[in-house]
Amino acid sequence: MNRTALRRVGAPAIAALALGLAVSACGAGNESNSTSGSTNTLHGAGSSAQQAAMDAWRSGYQTAHSGVTINYDPTGSGAGIQGFTTGALDFAASDAALDPAAGEVAKAKKQCGANALEVPDYVSPIAVIYNLDGVTKLNLDAATIAKIFAGKITKWNDPAIAAANAGVKLPSTAISPVHRSDDSGTTQNFTDYLSQAAGGAWTAPASKTWPQKSGEAASGTSGVVAAVKAGAGSIGYADNSQAGGLTVASVKVGSAYTAPSADGAAKALEASPIDTTRTAGDLAIKVDRTTTAAGAYPLMLTSYVIACPTYPKAKADLVKGFLSYVVSTDGQTLAGKNAGSAPLPPSLQAKAAQIIAGITAK
Amino acid sequence: MTTVTTETGSPKRRLGDLVFANLTRGAGLTILVALAGVAIFLTVEGAPALGAKSADLKGHANFLSYVAPLVFGTLLAAVIALIIALPLALGVALAVSHFAPRRVALVIGYMVDLLAAVPSVVYGLWGIGVLGPRLIPVYAWLAQHVGWFPLFAGPASNTGRTILTAGIVLAIMVLPIITAITREIFTQTPRLNEEAALALGATRWEMVRLAVLPYGRSGIVSASMLGLGRALGETMAVALVLSASGVVSLNLISSTNPSTIAANIALTFADSTGLQRNALIASGLVLFVITFAVNFGARAIVSRYESGSKA
Repeated sequence: MNRTALRRVGAPAIAALALGLAVSACGAGNESNSTSGSTNTLHGAGSSAQQAAMDAWRSGYQTAHSGVTINYDPTGSGAGIQGFTTGALDFAASDAALDPAAGEVAKAKKQCGANALEVPDYVSPIAVIYNLDGVTKLNLDAATIAKIFAGKITKWNDPAIAAANAGVKLPSTAISPVHRSDDSGTTQNFTDYLSQAAGGAWTAPASKTWPQKSGEAASGTSGVVAAVKAGAGSIGYADNSQAGGLTVASVKVGSAYTAPSADGAAKALEASPIDTTRTAGDLAIKVDRTTTAAGAYPLMLTSYVIACPTYPKAKADLVKGFLSYVVSTDGQTLAGKNAGSAPLPPSLQAKAAQIIAGITAK
Repeated sequence: MTTVTTETGSPKRRLGDLVFANLTRGAGLTILVALAGVAIFLTVEGAPALGAKSADLKGHANFLSYVAPLVFGTLLAAVIALIIALPLALGVALAVSHFAPRRVALVIGYMVDLLAAVPSVVYGLWGIGVLGPRLIPVYAWLAQHVGWFPLFAGPASNTGRTILTAGIVLAIMVLPIITAITREIFTQTPRLNEEAALALGATRWEMVRLAVLPYGRSGIVSASMLGLGRALGETMAVALVLSASGVVSLNLISSTNPSTIAANIALTFADSTGLQRNALIASGLVLFVITFAVNFGARAIVSRYESGSKA
């Protein structure tokens, strides 16, 4: 008797509990991700290109400073900037400098209370990868790359390709250009290279979104690499460290053909001027894709870390400490080892370190 | 044990009944609140996209021209999936309910149900890694021999990541839904109708055509609409398989394909900001409306058939 009575009330009670839990679980999902809490924790997010380097920096810094936690979420550059300007993050990483035209500079200034700091921390060559049986070495100039990706050159034995590759037996296979289907900093830098260096063969401006309506699309760097690997006659672009096993084309710089390398990317960065329209703490670089400096490889990605000039007392030292480590020689060497990135050129590294050293407590 | 004897047999409403009735009512209302919440969120967050400029819309002049190719791709992929899945599902359902020996039927039915338990990302990986590469020669053949037909105009994709491949993957994903519902309906065909048909000299197939299919008509329609809804909203598998460039093209076998709303959101949301994000949410609202319309249409058709068959 007692048991049935218990069951009569018990079953609905359990159901009520379950419903209540479900509803409260929904509520919990909406909690804003505030940065308050432990003062030895930093939250950062943004560029997925920097993920491998960030992982190395985080573990390097955390090993040297016990009790410190640094979180980094590779949500994508756009989401990183968004999170930073809404105050959800302590720092952001982005494959493109804050865009003044889109109001990003102003938003960051508003959030920080002063002009935000922005320094390059990650430079990595972008490789033009291809899959063509029997061809292990390929030379391409920017105009030819532009025509291939615009769908104007459709066969591998096109005269424009043959002219740059004397002695290479090119098959008549159809070319299938592969691009990123998601928005990405790699696409931004690749299209920036094409629009600057291809001399009229590429008409679209630099953009995170692939501007052409032709060719094959794949999601993420890994997707592009997989698609090029799978398709005979495919060509694509990807971070050089991710090109794993695929043949890589050399790109014409000046009168020579240069294969992608970390040193080449660093040289190209060194040859590029700093954007002088920016504020003092904003080290945005106008990458010169047309540089003819010997050994330079101007098809590279420059990624930035973005922070505020002032932080609450407890956090200022931590941000300063971590970012100083990121741009330090140790940090840059570590990233080169783990992510295949290029170390910052010394002049730029000194400027970046100086800017970060200016972070103060408010 | 002796204290609660008065409770049994009392005519007044018991506490348990009251609690349970209100709980079920609450559960029903939760669905409505959740649905309204989603609709309100999509509308409020999506509304600013109507004033978005081309910079935020991947170069499209306004939101309509931005979303139109996506709607086209979404419908195309879903329709391909349905065209492939429906005959297959009906075949499986009939085999299970009327043709196969009982033991085989049980195993087949179980296997099809298992398909529903496979995560969509696995279907996506399977589509890229297994199905796509095997379809490359098929697409090449189609482009070479049937290239005059606009659907197979080519040039054929060299990775197999086409909208046709995506449609086939989607078809396999919606197969369990359509099969499960139609199978249930077919097994409920009144025994008398079937026997009457057989008694009149009908063969097995004629019996199915005369007795089973007309009885299950509304079930078939609602099952395909549910399947269509699933295909419309499928995200992960399409995002992985499809090589999407956002064009409007009926060419099913090239590497340049239209994208779908859900896949486009999945691929671009992470790196979007401000109005771009609003535009993506607004495209989500469009998908919500399409799915709603499909389900609404299915209900209307089902109720018409039901009243018709009763009259």
